[in-house]
Amino acid sequence: MDAFLLQLAAGIATGGIYASVALAIVMIYQATHHVNFAQGEMATLSTFIALTFIQAGFPYWVAFGATLAVSFVMGALVERLIMRPVQHAPILTHVGVYIGMLLIIGNLTGWVFGYTTKVFPSPFEGGGPMFGGLLSAHQLGSVGVTLGVLVLVYLFFTKTSLGLAMRAAAYNPRSARLVGIRVDVMLALGWGLAAAIGSVAGMMVAPIVFLDPNMMLGILLYAFAGALLGGIDNPPGAVAGGFLVGVLENLAGAYIVGTELKLSVALIIIIGVLVLKPSGLFGRVVFSRV
Amino acid sequence: MLLEVSGLRAGYGPTHVLHGLDFAVEEGGVTTLLGANGAGKTTTLRAVCGMVRAEGEVSLAGQRITGLATEDIARRGVAHVPDGRGTFMELTVEENFRLGAYTRRDAEVQRDFERMWEWFPRLKQRWKQQAGTLSGGEQQMLAIARALLLRPKLLLLDEPSFGLAPLIVQDIFGILRRIRAESGVGILLVEQNANLALELADRAYLLETGRIVMSGPAAEIRQDEAIRRSYLGY
Amino acid sequence: MSAIQDTPTLAAAAPRASIARRSVWLALGLAAALAPLWLLESFHLFQLTMAVIMSLAVLGLNIVTGYNGQISLGHGAFFAIGAYVTAILMAQADWSFYATLPFAAAVCGMVGYAVGLPALRLGGLYLALVTFSLAVAVPQLLKHRALEGWTGGVQGLFLMKPEPPAWLTARVAITPDQFMYLVALVVAALCYLLAWNLIRGRIGRALMATRDHPTAAEAMGMDIAALKTRAFAVSAMITGVAGALSAAAVEFVAPDSFTFLLSISLFVGMVVGGVASILGSVFGGLFVLFVPNIAESISRAAPGVIYGIILIVFLFVLPDGVAGLVRRVLARLGGRAS
Ligand SMILES: Nc1ncnc2c1ncn2[C@@H]1O[C@H](COP(=O)(O)OP(=O)(O)OP(=O)(O)O)[C@@H](O)[C@H]1O
Ligand SMILES: [Mg+2]
Repeated sequence: MDAFLLQLAAGIATGGIYASVALAIVMIYQATHHVNFAQGEMATLSTFIALTFIQAGFPYWVAFGATLAVSFVMGALVERLIMRPVQHAPILTHVGVYIGMLLIIGNLTGWVFGYTTKVFPSPFEGGGPMFGGLLSAHQLGSVGVTLGVLVLVYLFFTKTSLGLAMRAAAYNPRSARLVGIRVDVMLALGWGLAAAIGSVAGMMVAPIVFLDPNMMLGILLYAFAGALLGGIDNPPGAVAGGFLVGVLENLAGAYIVGTELKLSVALIIIIGVLVLKPSGLFGRVVFSRV
Repeated sequence: MLLEVSGLRAGYGPTHVLHGLDFAVEEGGVTTLLGANGAGKTTTLRAVCGMVRAEGEVSLAGQRITGLATEDIARRGVAHVPDGRGTFMELTVEENFRLGAYTRRDAEVQRDFERMWEWFPRLKQRWKQQAGTLSGGEQQMLAIARALLLRPKLLLLDEPSFGLAPLIVQDIFGILRRIRAESGVGILLVEQNANLALELADRAYLLETGRIVMSGPAAEIRQDEAIRRSYLGY
Repeated sequence: MSAIQDTPTLAAAAPRASIARRSVWLALGLAAALAPLWLLESFHLFQLTMAVIMSLAVLGLNIVTGYNGQISLGHGAFFAIGAYVTAILMAQADWSFYATLPFAAAVCGMVGYAVGLPALRLGGLYLALVTFSLAVAVPQLLKHRALEGWTGGVQGLFLMKPEPPAWLTARVAITPDQFMYLVALVVAALCYLLAWNLIRGRIGRALMATRDHPTAAEAMGMDIAALKTRAFAVSAMITGVAGALSAAAVEFVAPDSFTFLLSISLFVGMVVGGVASILGSVFGGLFVLFVPNIAESISRAAPGVIYGIILIVFLFVLPDGVAGLVRRVLARLGGRAS
């Protein structure tokens, strides 16, 4: 029983990571109706930037904030410089560009910061284990951060007119222009926000898995699974999905398939959701393509 | 003059649809564009609000707006209810209202919401409902309300009666009359139902394959038996 | 376009000069394909063999993604399955290489069909997502302990190239490397012929119609579901055969030869070579094999950056790939160069 609780707690902790990457994916989806395959690589790069700030002597939370800002600018620039020119191209082109970015950013990160695995600090150290040893301070803290980001994102999208305008621009760009929304700016903002959220995920995951240029590849997969499970157009759903995937992954790894096959859990969830309930558990819109 | 258009040309890619139109809308007045299917009425509205590339002179309250981006024209006070309505189907009525007033920073947004509720009481009842689930008439009302919430100087309406039952059409034109009387917004109206349009309008232009073939005060055109027979078909 | 003009009846009716010209082209092509046997020493011949194999893999991808518009980022998985089927049968069951080929093709065809089924319900982006996930998960699946008895786990499996048969060695001096090149060439040629026949006929037009105008295609009575799943099956089969050939040519399979980067390079090869182009697949294979080396020579530290930049530049500047460029240059040079 204790072992089960431990797995559950570990699942919730890793689930928090998946949830925040899933949130970044959903952000891009909200803003552009696309899924960015380079999301993980962008987050890894952000995390290395954070490490650079920290090593330069900045206090953790200053580095955290600076990384958020840098990542936001990076995301917006990617949209402006790389995505804008192919805005109206077929979907194959978009996927190709995402793949190209994945290669470029991933490799650039390794080139600049090196391929060796690095230790990344946690802001929540020193608290010791909580809840009778079920969760470490960092795990608890990162779950808290994820939920905090979720609440902010949720409020942003539903309560602020900027968030509403971003959704409107994604749903119906023509009508959005008619009410005076600058659709191009919204797209860039969406990319910026997604990159910033991704950087939070990176900074929360790095203390657990250690920082290296390929850190995010597996995590991206779980995040896809979480986003799809929760509904790709639904930020709270994606976060719930991320947590659920984390728990499923840990329980399946412990009791069913063994740790070596954990990635295929993500694969099975992805395929399962898409075949059985493509709108996800909490999604609204059903896509109807042939 | 609120809107003055001269020598307006526009088209899609290499094909030209409008071959030099001159028309105008007065401050607080209603101008209607009539014409057969494919005459270029929709294209004219699109050209005015920058949705298609246009040449010629379009000026709003004396300021040239030709060639500006759609969102900038909207920000200068042109609200367009396009064919197909242009509401945000996935969002709620409330959110559509908020988007209508997106560019406004003044304190009267809430008062305008209330005014819309008064003009379109059914929208208030549907406040939290997804726009896509509204009836056709309610969607048309939402589209008009959304456009008015911009507090436009000029309202472009593309066939507000399209696809609606006669009773609902009566409703909508009743509301348009009220809007005309109470808000002082200028209206450029495209309509298949020439009778209704001419009743509401004070100026009318007749469009045929991208050219204006006749224009005059709406009342005169309405009286003119010959024009009605040969152009309007009723 | 030329696919429609080149129907057999037209070719038969064409003046004799064009037939002659065609034979000249064919002879030139054959000579170019065979010349490396004498011109290249063994390492470069091996590389060329791999290029032929990669062209075949790209061709497979091109059928489903290029011609049918179903975006697959996971074709490396079929390549891996083909390679492993051949390796397991040869290393564990002592089959001859040739006997494993149809088997590998059949297994991949079936897996492709199975992947194609859920793919039916997924629009472009979602299929890309699923296949991307598949590509990422493949090495882990191959390493799994439950399969270790067959797959050799992390260590992988060793096997031998097919030996040149006695009747051939009795007549000409031929090394196993040269022979492997010939085998790859012949198998690839057969698959290209198959694909060419498929694409230029009714099926090819149906594939492209479902890609470009799905609703219209359905309204015209095309069975889109059947078309799409079959396209997936054929595509997986061809890429799987390429995998089988590669297992023999390399004489070794291991999970880490089939990371998601393999799937990505097939995708990149297809884009750079030319989407929905048979000729493009040939260029694509050459690209997959040789450009990583070139990229590495430009920047040893960050070849992936070069690779990614090439991909994006092609998407921006030459979306129809090298094949499109060649076609346009030929058209400008000689009017209708058929
Ligand atoms: N998006 C478009 N692309 C190309 N051509 C178009 C487009 N929209 C309209 N056209 C063409 O422009 C011409 C004028 O069309 P328009 O929609 O302006 O006519 P209309 O007067 O509004 O007709 P209706 O009464 O049927 O709405 C038509 O010949 C039409 O085929
Ligand atoms: Mg029209």
